[in-house]
Amino acid sequence: MIRSLRPLSLAALLVAAIALMAGCAKQSNEIVIGEYGSLTGTTATFGISSKNGIELYLDNLNAAGGIGGTKVKVIVEDDQSKPEEAATAVNKLVDQDGVIAVLGEVASSRSMAAAPICQQSGVPMISPSSTNPKVTEIGDYIFRVCFIDPFQGQMIAKFAKEKLGLTKAAVFRDIKNDYSVGLASYFTDAYHALGGTIVADAAYSEGDQDFKAQLTVIKSKKPQVLIVPGYYTEVGLIARQAREMGLDVPMVGGDGWVSDKLIEIGQDALNGCYHVNHYWEEDPNPAIQKFVTEYKSRYNAKPDGLAALAYDAAGVLTSALDRLRTEDPAAFKALLGPRNDAQKAARAKLRDRIASTKDYPGVTGRITLDAARNAVKPAVFVGIKNGKYEFVAAVEP
Amino acid sequence: MQELFQQLANGIAWGSIYALIALGYTMVYGILRLINFAHGDVYMVGAFAAYYLAIATGAGGAAASLPMALLVLLGSMLVCALVGMLIEFLAYRPVRRSSRLTALITAIGVSLFLENVGLRVFGADPKFFPQLIPPKRITLAGGIMVTNHQITVVVVSILLMVALTLFIQRTKTGKAMRAVAFHRDAASLMGIPVNRIITITFAIGSALAAAAGVLVGLTNPKIEPLMGIMPGIKAFVAAVLGGIGSIPGAVIGGLVMGVSEYLVVGYVSSTYRDAIAFVILILVLLIRPAGLLGRNVAEKV
Repeated sequence: MIRSLRPLSLAALLVAAIALMAGCAKQSNEIVIGEYGSLTGTTATFGISSKNGIELYLDNLNAAGGIGGTKVKVIVEDDQSKPEEAATAVNKLVDQDGVIAVLGEVASSRSMAAAPICQQSGVPMISPSSTNPKVTEIGDYIFRVCFIDPFQGQMIAKFAKEKLGLTKAAVFRDIKNDYSVGLASYFTDAYHALGGTIVADAAYSEGDQDFKAQLTVIKSKKPQVLIVPGYYTEVGLIARQAREMGLDVPMVGGDGWVSDKLIEIGQDALNGCYHVNHYWEEDPNPAIQKFVTEYKSRYNAKPDGLAALAYDAAGVLTSALDRLRTEDPAAFKALLGPRNDAQKAARAKLRDRIASTKDYPGVTGRITLDAARNAVKPAVFVGIKNGKYEFVAAVEP
Repeated sequence: MQELFQQLANGIAWGSIYALIALGYTMVYGILRLINFAHGDVYMVGAFAAYYLAIATGAGGAAASLPMALLVLLGSMLVCALVGMLIEFLAYRPVRRSSRLTALITAIGVSLFLENVGLRVFGADPKFFPQLIPPKRITLAGGIMVTNHQITVVVVSILLMVALTLFIQRTKTGKAMRAVAFHRDAASLMGIPVNRIITITFAIGSALAAAAGVLVGLTNPKIEPLMGIMPGIKAFVAAVLGGIGSIPGAVIGGLVMGVSEYLVVGYVSSTYRDAIAFVILILVLLIRPAGLLGRNVAEKV
């Protein structure tokens, strides 16, 4: 008799627990947003920089009273630098934590793995720094606050052809990475259009340790410049191995190089190489310097371009929230409420406010989102000389 | 032509590392008829042991010198010898009298255990192996460029392989190892301490894997807790290719694997880098299941 009661009491307990949890999830006094990023894994500095940037922005905002008195809380999930984990992380943020908006990712592959979840659930997502055009093509809830790869690829091509005056380029792309494959193709098209020739087009895979076989082939084609649109871990190793093989031409890359680990890995091999960045940290602009000083004193590290973009992504989101609060207080209130149809409608209104972002004064430049939900803004070229970065050029779109 | 020779030179340096790992597989198999799948992870432990030793002793920075590099190499080999003996004692000895399948599953378990402990203790983000010896470019005849690191890899590998062969052929312990490999029960009846011999085998095999880990850190300075999976599998294929249980076979197998990887990446496509290992494995199993230098032994039924 007692035995047969057991499952019943267990079930009752479960029901009680669920009721309790549902009870917790009603009206709260803070806005909960989610963030996912690579806090560990091959591109760990991407996730850590972004997390710091967002944290810094939101803490400043909350210290100054939040959004009209409402504080913003961020729940952070680690995706271990893996696309499949990014999807899991965002599923958790959306379904379990009930966030009203999501910030992330840096890597385009991981943004593309997670964006469909946000799109289907009607949760706005702002990627701080995924540059592949396909990311925002996933749907009208997906935004970004950085420039896109066709622009970046064209810039690299122009830089190599006109500024460096080199007409024979070799491309070495990461075949497993949407960002790298896309950027390599945009570069190739633009370089051809400018009259340059691609003498070699080789591939590696993210996580590889050894690149000498490909570099041997590249070297035999005698390029004048080596374009590596990859991420910093591999770029550092490629630079070292290229020099070891006697391939001494300059290397040029995109914003995937942005990491304070890059020079630690590549060391002297990176002398005379260049890459694209989203801002220049020594820019005298007071807003930039305020951000750089605050970041340095808090994290004891220089804010890289990705930290700056994450800071701006948080800013674009909260400024949209603030506009929603003043223009439609009922909808803003619904965002604080339980996950129901009213909240869904409010999230749609938040989406519209993000989409209408115009001239937001970010540390990475003025941000205006176009009809394709991409930011239109300038980019910066930096060079590496004796282990230090130096400013080379700023390019307007 | 120069390009081909360059690929071969790089392939041999890379293959030496596979050969060192393959030796451990083949020794353990020869003695226990066990595929020690945790072997690739011991190689990872070796790389990390050297990483921490180099940082602790300053051998990666201020105090970098050849004797210090040697000290780090020997220290890491010692750590892994102990790890190998511990694995044998805790995981394999209790299941030694069970079926071979039980032992195999245990080995896979140990492998996963080491990987996850590595992720927990060392962290998932890659570490950059300190520079034990400053890199230098050397141009050989015909314009082939190698580094002093690659030469170190080949020289250290050859020295270790020669030492191992001498140990097995010329010493009493080596003779005992051969006896245990030949027939464990008969060896035991002749008064050979089988348990101790098996422990020594694990210690030596693991120390060789550690050496491979340090050498990889030297030439390709990026280490992470899952770095042992692929090289482990490839070295296993190398051991099968050479004839599992055969020591010269493991060396030849490792070199063939390294060179074929370079040729495939250089002349076909980098996407097939890992696939070539399995193509070789399938071909060996179809054409010569005992491997290049292995003997066909009829199973007693």
